[in-house]
Amino acid sequence: MKTMTFAEAIEEALARAMAKDKRIIILGEDVQMIRVNLFARFGKERVLATPISEGAFVGAAVTAAMAGLRPVVEIMMVDFIGVAMDALLNHAAKVEAFSGGKWNVPLVVRTACGGGYGDGGQHEQSLWGWLSHIPGLTVVVPSTPADAGGLMLAAIDHQGPVIYLEHKLLADYWLDYVGAGGRKTVTFDVPDQGARGPVPMPLEPVPIGKAIARREGTDITMAGVGVSIHRALEAADTLEQQGFSTEVLDLRTVSPLDNETVCGSVSKTGRLLVVDEDYRDFGLSGELAARVLEAGISVKYDRICTEQTIPYHRKEEDRTLPNTGRIVEAALRLLKR
Amino acid sequence: MAAPVEANLWYIYENMFRSRLFEEAISRAWHEGRISGEMHLSVGEEAIVAGTVLQLQAGDAMALDHRGTAPLIMRGVDPTLLFREMLGYPDGLCAGRGGHMHLFSKEHLAASSGIVGASGPAAAGFALANRYLRPRKVALAFFGEGAMNQGMLLEAMNLAVVWRLPVVFICKDSKWAITTLSASVTGGKLGDRALSFGMPAVEIDGTDVETVWKAAHEAIDRARAKKGPTFLQAACRHPEGHYLGDPLLRIARHPVQEMKKVAGPLLKSVTKLKGASAIKRSGGLGTVTSLIGQTTKEQVFDHKDPLKIVRGRLKAEKDRLKKLEESVNEEIGKAVEGALKSSN
Repeated sequence: MKTMTFAEAIEEALARAMAKDKRIIILGEDVQMIRVNLFARFGKERVLATPISEGAFVGAAVTAAMAGLRPVVEIMMVDFIGVAMDALLNHAAKVEAFSGGKWNVPLVVRTACGGGYGDGGQHEQSLWGWLSHIPGLTVVVPSTPADAGGLMLAAIDHQGPVIYLEHKLLADYWLDYVGAGGRKTVTFDVPDQGARGPVPMPLEPVPIGKAIARREGTDITMAGVGVSIHRALEAADTLEQQGFSTEVLDLRTVSPLDNETVCGSVSKTGRLLVVDEDYRDFGLSGELAARVLEAGISVKYDRICTEQTIPYHRKEEDRTLPNTGRIVEAALRLLKR
Repeated sequence: MAAPVEANLWYIYENMFRSRLFEEAISRAWHEGRISGEMHLSVGEEAIVAGTVLQLQAGDAMALDHRGTAPLIMRGVDPTLLFREMLGYPDGLCAGRGGHMHLFSKEHLAASSGIVGASGPAAAGFALANRYLRPRKVALAFFGEGAMNQGMLLEAMNLAVVWRLPVVFICKDSKWAITTLSASVTGGKLGDRALSFGMPAVEIDGTDVETVWKAAHEAIDRARAKKGPTFLQAACRHPEGHYLGDPLLRIARHPVQEMKKVAGPLLKSVTKLKGASAIKRSGGLGTVTSLIGQTTKEQVFDHKDPLKIVRGRLKAEKDRLKKLEESVNEEIGKAVEGALKSSN
């Protein structure tokens, strides 16, 4: 075990993988600066700077993967994925099906997501529900340094396209790049356990599609990904003081969902509170309810999500994103029902 | 296959003829209702396809659009497999999961897309992988002139130039984007766009396979020599219109019968109260009639068949030609028969 930041663990994973496999290349905007250590070690042919042209370079990464490379293509923020959506929706996600299973796309799309630092509604979205809606895409969202590294290794090994979402509150360099700007005059509610923590050495892949209980409990299940896990853990502490036992499930992979772990936990507690920084409607929170109902489990259910375009005003923003206060309130309502 | 085009003319014609016969069989099966959905044939594009694809080597890649049949046939994909894919059979080229707009052959590094303009980024990615894994191998991008207003294609051209990727961008210019005249929705000249990215742009007659071959030869050589991409704009005609059952073409071919369906609602719309002014209405009606008129003129009467052109250069050797055509006819006949068999 070694203590590392979230960002260091991802870099460790990439460096290990790139040293072992020459087919792995990184491409994206500004990557020679943002991934300066990898650039220094592997050179400009393996850490390839692109124009601001996601429509072209994400599309190119798809066929590059089909033709034998293992590209890790970066979309600076998931909000910018709109212009590259065709490459993912109509190509990366469909080639395996269209080719009758004869051709696959071993591609990683790495992108920063999430809010809580005052960048406004076009730079702080989560969008994993939207991406998971598409058959053929795998979507992972780590919440700890060990998972950040382990899921990156697993994503690189995976035979199909994986969207790897990295929360900006957890990745310190992103916060510095897009929020703090070198200032010491601004602070953010960064979850310590997520931004820095123990990482197994050598790094091990974390299996895709496997959730993990970050905290075990018997009265209520909270489920989510990314920063929401840390908000839920904080809420669980408060609930414990009031005599309630909370299980916190870190899904880690949004698609494919780990039905078994979710249903196992909800069968035990009888209550499910989804904590999801992504939009509420037509997303992960509703999907989890459906999975539990499909399994025939009777459940008391609620969700704390983002319900509107994320406002710029910092206090309004904090109220809009799932915060500990909202989670505790909703949990108590469910527990007393 | 880097020999001069003259030495290959028989080989080229054989491939074009095979592709045409194969697509005629597809057309029949489509009209008989055996093939579902839309059907975009390569008929009319054979000289462009033959002049480029037949120069490829193992390891070269093709990013195809929604007219992938001819390139795949000429690249050597088994016609029976291809036909069974059109029919949606589980033992088709793509297990019946792709269909004619989504054809893939991994061994030929050939990938189709039904999204207009997507072959640009796709070719760039193939070329990028080739640079690492198969040096001196190239990628072709096929698209129509209508795709030249699609951002991702133009972005891919820029990418190919700044990364010096071995791509040949092949714009099959039929002048029509379904029912829209491309000139009416396109600013400037297509070649100028390519030039402005910093790549050579060559405008050629895409119905003359020898012309295409020579231009493509230079472009492919340039790509292999790591000098970057080239833009070829090759004029052609689609005698079947945009796709089988093209509405404008149906009207052009059977004006009385087809106009009956259209005329009633159209006249009603022109005479209904409220809406645009009378002048604008008659202008709109004029646009529709002129599109139909232009279709009639271009597609029915002014059709330059690339096969006839090349055949004309070979017909002095009558017996050889006859033998070749009979042999290909038999081959495709068997392939199609084989594909249709055990179809129940």
